[in-house]
Amino acid sequence: MNSWKYPAFWIALLLVVIGGLLPVITGSNVLRENIFLIMLSVALASSLNILLGYAGYVSFGHIVFFGVGGYIGFYLMAVQNWSLWLAVPAGGLVAAILAWLLGLAILRLRGAYFALATIGVNEAVRTFINNFGPLGGPIGLEVNFSIYQQYGGAATMQWTTYWLAFILTIAAIVLSYAVKFSRFGLGLMAIREDEDAAMVMGVRTPNAKTMAYILSAIIPGMMGVIFFFRNSSVEPHSAFRLTRSIEMIVMVMLGGQGTVQGPLVGAALYEAIRSFLLTSPLFKDLQLAFAGLLLLLIILFVPSGVIGWLRGRYRKLWRVLE
Amino acid sequence: MMAAQENILQVKGVTKRFGGLIAVNNVTFDLPRGQILGLIGPNGAGKTTLFNVINGVYAPTEGHVIFKGTDISGWQPYDVVKLGLARTHQIVRPLNDLTVLENVMAGACYGHEHHSLKEAQGIADEVLGFVNLSERRDMLAGSLNVAQKKRLEMARALASRPYLLLLDEVLAGLNPTEIAEMVQVVLKIREQGVTILIIEHVMHALMNVSDRVIVLDYGQLIAEGSPEEIANDPKVIEAYLGDPDLAKRLMENADGD
Ligand SMILES: Nc1ncnc2c1ncn2[C@@H]1O[C@H](COP(=O)(O)OP(=O)(O)O)[C@@H](O)[C@H]1O
Ligand SMILES: [Mg+2]
Repeated sequence: MNSWKYPAFWIALLLVVIGGLLPVITGSNVLRENIFLIMLSVALASSLNILLGYAGYVSFGHIVFFGVGGYIGFYLMAVQNWSLWLAVPAGGLVAAILAWLLGLAILRLRGAYFALATIGVNEAVRTFINNFGPLGGPIGLEVNFSIYQQYGGAATMQWTTYWLAFILTIAAIVLSYAVKFSRFGLGLMAIREDEDAAMVMGVRTPNAKTMAYILSAIIPGMMGVIFFFRNSSVEPHSAFRLTRSIEMIVMVMLGGQGTVQGPLVGAALYEAIRSFLLTSPLFKDLQLAFAGLLLLLIILFVPSGVIGWLRGRYRKLWRVLE
Repeated sequence: MMAAQENILQVKGVTKRFGGLIAVNNVTFDLPRGQILGLIGPNGAGKTTLFNVINGVYAPTEGHVIFKGTDISGWQPYDVVKLGLARTHQIVRPLNDLTVLENVMAGACYGHEHHSLKEAQGIADEVLGFVNLSERRDMLAGSLNVAQKKRLEMARALASRPYLLLLDEVLAGLNPTEIAEMVQVVLKIREQGVTILIIEHVMHALMNVSDRVIVLDYGQLIAEGSPEEIANDPKVIEAYLGDPDLAKRLMENADGD
C-alpha cells in the first residue's frame, strides 16, 4: 500500500524529531533529561500498542521486557565487559526470546486471564531476580563511573545514550506504522475485533499473536539497557515496577489505542500531566491512584483516546490522524 | 482424482458431543462438486454444529471430514480455509472497527490464496461489487444493517476464493426483496463453479436453489433426497411437527413451485 504517503506518518515522525532536537537547540540539560523520559515513554507505549492496540491483548506486565532487557544488558556491560553497542541489541534479543517463550505459554489465554497472567509473569521474574545471586539479588548491580570513560566521559555518554533513545523512539514509530499498514497488521486487527472469526478467515492466530508479542517486547528491552546504563545501577524494584506497566497502558489509552500517533500523544500528555503533579507534594504519593483514575475516566468517556476521538469526529482528517 | 461426480466433501460418521448432549449424531453424507446441497432441520437440530465440525471450529468427537480427498478432521479453522473451504456465520461476525473493505481484504489476504494487501484490495473490490456492497466499502462494518452484514459475511468468505462455501442461514432476517437478491447471489456463486452447502429456514428459497437436501433432527440425519422428495417425506414432516406452520409451508411451497 502507499500508506507511507499518508501525512499521518510524517507528522508523527516530525513531532519526534522536533522534540528530540529541542535540547540541542536550547542547550538545556534539564530539558534533555525530560525529553529522554518522554521518548522512553513514547517508545514503550508505541511498542505496547502493537499488542494492546492492534491485537487487542492487554498486557498488564509489559514492563517485564524493559526490566529483563535492562538487567541482561547491564550485566553484560558491568560483569562481562561488553560494550554498550552490543549490550543494547542483546537486551532487545533477550526480551524477544522471553516474549516468544511467554507467548507459547500464555497467549492462548484470552481477555482478563491473559492480563492476569502478564502481571504474574512480571512478579515472578522480579522475585526470581530478587533471589538470584549472579544478578545481585535484591541489591542489584552497579557500574563504577569509570566505565563511562570509554564513551568519552559521563557528560558525553549522556548525549550518546540520548541519541540512542532518540533512534529507538523513531524505530518504534516506524515499526508501529509498518505493522499497522501491513498484511500482518490486518490479521492482528482481525484478532482484536473477533479472534474466532479471524481464525475462520484464515489468520494463523497463534503465530500472529506471538509475533505481535515479540515485536512489542524488543524496543522496551533495548530501552531498558540504555536507561539503566545511564542510571549506573539496576535493581529489581526499579526494573519491574508494576506502576510503570499501568502507566504504559494509560498512555496508550489516553492517546488512542490502535492508532500510530496515539501512544506518542498519550505518552507526551501523560508525562506533562505527571510532571505537573509531581511538583505538588499532595499528588506525589498518589501517582498510581491518579493513573488509575485517569484510566477509568478514559475508558468511561473517551474509550478511543485523543486521536481516536478526533478521527471519529473529523473524518476528513483520517489521513493526518492515524 | 475421480471424474465428474467427484465428491468435494465427505462427512463420515461424524458425532459431536457437548458433555452429555449429542449435538451431531453419526452423520454421513457426500457432497459432489458443483452442487448446492441444502441442510434443513428444526432449531437446535445440530446444523450449525455440523458446520463448526466441518470447518474446524470443533474437532469431531467421532468420525471424519474429508475435503478434496484430505482428511481434515480436527484441523484448525485457519488451515481448513487455506485448503479452499470457507463459511459464513449464522450470527454475523463483522470486524466492527474495520471498514467493510478491510473486512473483505482480510478474507482475501488469509484465505485459500495468499495475497498481499494490494492484491487483496483488488479482490475485495470485485467481491463487494458481486454482493452489491460497493457503496458501503469505506464504512465501518459495525455500522451496517443486518442485511448488509449478511452480505459482508458472504463477501468475506468469497474473497478467500473457496472451492466449497458453507452458508449458515444467510436469508434469515431479510425481507422478501433482500431474499430474492441474496438467492441470485447464491446462484451466481454456483455458476462460478463453487460448491455450496447451505443451511436455511426460508423453505421456498432453499427448495428452489438446492439440487439435493438433507435433513437433521436431534443431531441425526433423517432424510436425504431431491427437494420434492424431502417435502413429501413423512419423516421430515413429523420432525417439523413441533412447528406445524413450518411443515405446512414446506409442503405448500414444494407443491406450488
Ligand atoms: N458450544 C456449545 N456448547 C454446548 N452446547 C452447544 C454448543 N453449541 C451448540 N450446542 C447445542 O447443540 C445443539 C445444536 O445446536 P446448533 O448446532 O446451533 O443447532 P441448529 O444450528 O440446528 O439450530 C443445541 O442443543 C445447542 O444448544
Ligand atoms: Mg444454527
